[in-house]
Formats: sequence, C-alpha cells, structure tokens
Amino acid sequence: MTLLHLAILFPFLFAIFIPFLYKYFRNIHTGWFVLILPIALFTYFSQFIKTTMSGKTVIETMNWIPSLGINFTAYIDGLSLLFALLITGIGSLVILYSIYYLSKEKEKLNHFYVYLLLFMGAMLGVVLSDNLIVLYTFWELTSLSSFLLIGYWYTREKSRYGAQKSMLITIFGGLAMLGGFIMLYMMTGSYSVREIITAVAEISTDGLFVPALIFILLGAFTKSAQFPFYIWLPDAMEAPTPVSAYLHSATMVKAGIYLVARLSPVFAISPEWFWLVSLFGIFTMFWGSFNAVKQTDLKAILAFSTVSQLGMIMSLLGIGAAALHIDSMNDSYFTIATLAAIFHLINHATFKGSLFMVAGIVDHETGTRDIRKLGGLMSFMPITFTISIIGAFSMAGLPPFNGFLSKEMFFTGVLRVAEMNIFNLETLGILFLIFAWVGSIFTFIYSMVLVFKTFTGKYQPEKLEKKPHEAPIGMLISPIILASLVIIFFFFPNILSLSIIDPAMQSIIPSLIGENGYFDIEISHWHGWSPELFMTIGVVIIGTIGFLSLAKWRKIYNLHPKKLTLNKAYDTSLIALDRSSSRFTKFYMTGFIRDYLIYIFAFFIIILGTTIIIKDAFSFSLKGAAPIGLYEVILAAVMAIGTITTIFAKSRLTAIIALGSVGYSLALFFVLFRAPDLALTQLIVETVSVALYLLCFYFLPELKKKDKKVSFKLTNFIIALGVGTIVTLIALSANSERASQTISAFFIENSYTLAGGKNMVNVILVDFRGFDTLFEITVLGIAALGIYSMIKLRVKEEEK
Amino acid sequence: MIKVILICSLFFLTFSILATIYRLVKGPSAPDRVQALDALGINIISGVAIFSVLLRSIGFFEVILLIGILSFIGTIAFARFIERGVVIERKHSE
Repeated sequence: MTLLHLAILFPFLFAIFIPFLYKYFRNIHTGWFVLILPIALFTYFSQFIKTTMSGKTVIETMNWIPSLGINFTAYIDGLSLLFALLITGIGSLVILYSIYYLSKEKEKLNHFYVYLLLFMGAMLGVVLSDNLIVLYTFWELTSLSSFLLIGYWYTREKSRYGAQKSMLITIFGGLAMLGGFIMLYMMTGSYSVREIITAVAEISTDGLFVPALIFILLGAFTKSAQFPFYIWLPDAMEAPTPVSAYLHSATMVKAGIYLVARLSPVFAISPEWFWLVSLFGIFTMFWGSFNAVKQTDLKAILAFSTVSQLGMIMSLLGIGAAALHIDSMNDSYFTIATLAAIFHLINHATFKGSLFMVAGIVDHETGTRDIRKLGGLMSFMPITFTISIIGAFSMAGLPPFNGFLSKEMFFTGVLRVAEMNIFNLETLGILFLIFAWVGSIFTFIYSMVLVFKTFTGKYQPEKLEKKPHEAPIGMLISPIILASLVIIFFFFPNILSLSIIDPAMQSIIPSLIGENGYFDIEISHWHGWSPELFMTIGVVIIGTIGFLSLAKWRKIYNLHPKKLTLNKAYDTSLIALDRSSSRFTKFYMTGFIRDYLIYIFAFFIIILGTTIIIKDAFSFSLKGAAPIGLYEVILAAVMAIGTITTIFAKSRLTAIIALGSVGYSLALFFVLFRAPDLALTQLIVETVSVALYLLCFYFLPELKKKDKKVSFKLTNFIIALGVGTIVTLIALSANSERASQTISAFFIENSYTLAGGKNMVNVILVDFRGFDTLFEITVLGIAALGIYSMIKLRVKEEEK
Repeated sequence: MIKVILICSLFFLTFSILATIYRLVKGPSAPDRVQALDALGINIISGVAIFSVLLRSIGFFEVILLIGILSFIGTIAFARFIERGVVIERKHSE
C-alpha cells in the first residue's frame, strides 16, 4: 500500500464520511468538503508530469490475490497520467459547479457526493491499473456509479429508464470485455498489460487473438457510446447536469477510448483492429453529428455531439494504429493521427465540459432546455453567452480555439490514411474522407444551433418559467476556467505537447518512438495553404449555408422512419425478450406435477440411455448367478399379477388391496432369500401403509369421487416402459460386471468377535453402521411431528 | 422323503394362494376381498413354516407369529370399517 494506491482508494474512503459530514454540518454545503479531495489529487498527480516527461514510468504493486496473478498494480505512464489529470481536474471543476447547481435544501446531497466520489475513485482505478482484472473491477464500478448518478432523481420515470438502459448496455459490454481479458490471459498467462505487450509477437497468430480483440472492443464501444451502442448516452442526460458534464462528456465515456489506446500496442498489429476501430469510429462521428442537428433539447444536442466527437477520437486511434504497418522512416508523418486523438481528447474535455455547464446554467436560470422556447438570452446572460460561443466554435473547429487545431489534425490524419497503400486503403480511404468531411459540416451546424438558437433571435418570455438573469458567479467559475483553457490551448498548444501528449503517445504506439526517445511533435497553427485548410473553409461555407437554410431541409429527418431507429430496436427487443421468456416459462411450467414428472423421467431415460449406447456399457453375463427355483418363479408371477391388477384396477379399493398383496409377496421374497428381519419389518410396514391408504381413500371428497378407470395415455405408457427398461438394463449390466469384492465377509467374521451379537443385520444397524440408524430414527421422528403438526396446527379458515 | 412331501404341500399352498388372489382380484364385493386377504395371510403362514423346515432355520418363526397377528388385526379393522365406517371410534365430548 503506497501513496499511489491510497490516492486511488482515497475517494472511496472519503465517500464513507460524506453522510456524516452531510448530517452534522447541515449549514455548510457538503460539496465544499468534497472539493478538497480532487484538488489535492490533481496536485498530487501533476507531480508525476516530470517523471513521464523524462520517459520514465511508476509502478507500485500491492498484493491482492497473488495466487491467481491478480494484484493491485498501479502504473503511471503518459497515457494514464493524462487521464488521471483529466479526471481530477475536471472533477474539481464539476464539484465546484455542483455546489452552486444543487440546492442545499432540496437535494439529497449525501447521495450525490457519495456516488460521485465512488465514480471518481473507480475511474482513477480504471486508468491507473495495470492488472486487467483490477481494471475490470473498477470498470464495473464506473458502470454502477454511473447508473446511480443517472437515476439520481429516482422518482422520475425517465431517469430510471435512462439508468436502466445505460446499465444494461455498459454491463453487456463490460462482461464481453471480461471475456476478452480472460482470453488474453489464456494466451499469455498474465493479467498485466505490460507483460502482455511484451508477448505480442507470440500471440498475434493465436486463434483466440481475434475473438479477444472483438470482445474487448465490444467493451470499449459500449462504454464510449460508439455506433450502434450510443443509444444509452442521450437517455443518460436525465442525470443532473454536473453528472452529464463529468461522466458523459469528459471522463466515463472516454474509458473506452482509454482502453483502445491502452491496448493498441497489443492489437494494433492486426488489420481487424484498424478496420473495426476506425470504421466504427468514423461512422459514429458522422451519425452522431447528423442526429445532433435534429435535437431540440440542449443536452440532447450535446449528447449526440459527444457521441460524434468520441467517434472521431476513436477513428483517429484506429488510423493511428495503421501507422504501425508503414515501414517509413518519416514516422511523425503517419503518427499524426494518434497525436490528433490525444489532443482532441483533451480539447473535447475542456469545451464539452464548459458547454454542458452552460446548458445547466440556461436550464437553471430559465427553467427549460428546449431550444424552441429559448432565444434572445444574449443580453440577459452575457458571460454565459461568451463561454458558449467559445465552446461551440471550438467544437465546430474554428480558430482561434483549440478545436480548430485538432480538427485540422483530424483532416490530416484522414488524408494520410488514403496515402497508406495497405489494406486496400488507396480505394477505400476516400470513404473516410467523405464521412469525416460531411460529419464536420453537421458538427458545424449543430454547434451554431446550440449558440444562436439559445442566445440570439427572438426573446420569448411567455414560454419561460422564470425571468432569466445571469447565473451566480460561483456557477460561472468552472466554465470560465474551461473556456479560458480552450483559448490557451489554441495559442500555446506546445505546453501540452511535450509534457502530456508526447508521453501519452509513447504509451499508445511505443514501437514508433524515434531514436532520441521522443516523438518529434510540434503543433503548429499554420500549415500553409494545405488541403486541410481548404476542407475547413469548405466546412464553414457549406455549414453556414446549411445552418441558415435549416428550416428547409430539416424534413429529411422525417424520412427516417421511427420504427427503424436503434432506440426502437432496443425497446422492442427488451419487450420481446420479456414476453418470449415469460411465454417460454408458461409453456413448460404448467403447474401440473404430471408434466414435471414427464420431464424428469424423460431426461432420466434420455441421459442414461444415451450413456449406455455411447459408452457401450450394456453387458450381460450369467456368471455367478444363482439358479432360479420354482418358488421364485411362482412368487414373481404372483407379484406381477398384483402389480398389473394395481395398474388396471377399476376402483381405488381394488388397487389398494392389490398393492397390499404386492407388499406381502415382497415379504415372502424376503423369506425366500433368507432375510427374516426384513420380512418382519416389511409385513408390519405394509400393513400400516395399506391401512393409511384406506384412510386416505375413505376421506376422498364426495363431489369428485368417481371410481373411474385409469385412462390410457401413450406418453405415459412410453415413459413408464422406458424407465422400466432402462432400470432393468442397468441392473443387469451392474450385476454382470462386479467391480470389486463385497465387504460382507468382514461382517460375517467379526459381528460376534467385535460386536458381541449373532444377528448380523442388527449388529450392522446398531453397531457397525449405527449412524445411519440414528438419522433414520430422526427421519421417523420428523415425519411423526410433521403429521402431528399438520393435523393439529391447521390455520383456520377465518385466519387465512 | 420328507422333502418331497414338503415340496408337494408347497405346491398345493401355492395353488390355494393363487385361488385366493383370484378372489381378491375378482371379488364382487369388499367383504369377499377381505376374506380372501385373511385366507391369504393364513396360507402365507403355512408357506413360511414349510420354508423354515426346508431351509432348516428358526429365523422365520417370528414372521409366522407376526403374520398371524397382522392378519387378525387387519381382518378386524376391515370388518369394523365395513360395519361402522370407521376403524377407530372417537369419544365425542358433546
């Protein structure tokens, strides 16, 4: 347990104290106590920047289950440090924002901050764990805490629906990911990411390699809301806005990105990885931005925009993986996609965080988030308007904001991919280009919608619940900080490049590091009159035209039938699953014991029968069999007659008496086979049970008392015949092949010398194996007590 | 010689058991069946006794006694059941 472990676990420990702080310091907003923690963690993690800058890493191991190779290994390199700083940095700002956003009086703050701290700790655990199982543990904790946070206002039905949906989808992916991790373990014998990376060369031809890849990508795609699993993210917008800003834009949805980046050194070698990651990513980017335009809710626009931007980062990571296949000396030429992915990851966290906070402010100050009701808020909320302009223009990819730089690099990466003459990219690369460019146009349009439909245009006071006014300063601090970062990162991008981005790239594509141990990266603002710039200019021109004529072409969204959406598919499949499983249950759980007995006996016949056939187990030999006497034959005939009479008896009384005759014949068999004790007992027991049967017979209710003949049913007949045949076959086989000697010789020799009794059966019952007798006595005692209580302690009709 | 006689008597017993069983199955009324059961018990007693001689064993003498008692109790119980409808009468307090 080192300080690093404590840093990961500290949010969990702190969460324990939240309820006490909430209860005993009611007049101070609980958020103030919580705020200290992420700030302290942020300061702590920023000390590691120096370490990772010099190309070093930090590894601390704490034993958890060493015998299974599961240890809590915390590992800091460029990539995990980048995420840890994002989590704690944005975490601090979000908590500060939430202090002003959530009311001290109305909300259950203890719940909120416990969930949030759980999430923060889990997220830190995800990014800092080297062990895959530990990573998975924290991964599921993020799903769980996200579920709790989305359902924070649990009295609303939509919150519960969103929480359930996100839970089902992300847990589905998480379980698939666990499968992938286990496959990795089967191939390499280690859960440690670092050790797996060193074993890549051996496992890349393994049969499990591609299944592991697909399973792990399922986990990453569900978490990071890629097509077609993005559907949970828009519904997760029912969470409080600080949660949306933190989880569903800056951190949790990037866990999938982190996973893809983290395992790139393992899987990037395979073409499947490149195609899946980049194609799904680029299509998600296009699809998300296309759908964002039709939304009318501010947070829904932002949710689809997050989907789109995550798709963009994902596709960049995929394209970056393709760089491994290029044998070119000019490495940085192709690694630009990875650089763009990391840079945009940071940029997205800044501007999307601020935009969510803006949406929260608008909601908080006007009472609605519907852009059809909003408009003309510019003069009421000048600061909020400025922040949203900065965020939205950065999102659209305009200078002088950081989104411009990463969007340019995105285009560069997409253009480069067509130049790589691998995997038929010379023909298919154009596909990337089209999706990227069209997606960017839609991105531009919805960014403009976001700002101008909210803050400009006609002010509609009659549609608003409150009179709008500027938010309190405390609420504005966090978005202001984020917005200023947006601008700072544009003007001084290289403060990030060496300190954060370069070490992160070293983790993602370690095999491409140049000779000096660094990537030679320099983010420049001006590339000259390059194709990327013309693409951006094209985006702006067409985007502006598209925005201005939005009302005319919005109709195309109605072309897409409601029945064919993914949400509809999700809902229908849930309902269908529910219905079909209940139908299935109703089909076989009939409530009739007769049917269950048919299942049991049918399986009995099938399993034993096939075993006998497959194992060729049937054998029949008369070796060691005793000669059959005449009495046995006659007695067996008597027994058979009694049995047949029982089955075909017309009245119940006949059946009972016939059954009695079978029992007495059995007693005679015992006599014949020299078992006096058994014969005695059998006679008494048979008499008593016949008497009991008669008792039951007498008390049958009048109404249904029909002395009816047993009706013939073919199924029952076949099953009865089958069971009889199988048991006979098994008995014959077992008797024909005796595996070992019997132990009865011991009892014969020793029953008098050791136990002092001449009746061997009784000596066995009470001496050699007295324990069985003890518990059979207990069984009889229980039965007697049971009968007594059933008769005496009947619940009376009126008490029911 | 004695063995032949014993086996012969066993045969006759067997036939008489089969006859009682026929009555047991066919018996038009319940009392017929009860009587058949009683006769069956006595036949079984004799059968067991002959077996004991044949097997030269005294281990089954208790069985004989037991069958005698059970057959008696059983017949009485059936008789009561047919006559009064119950086997064990209760004292009615009211």
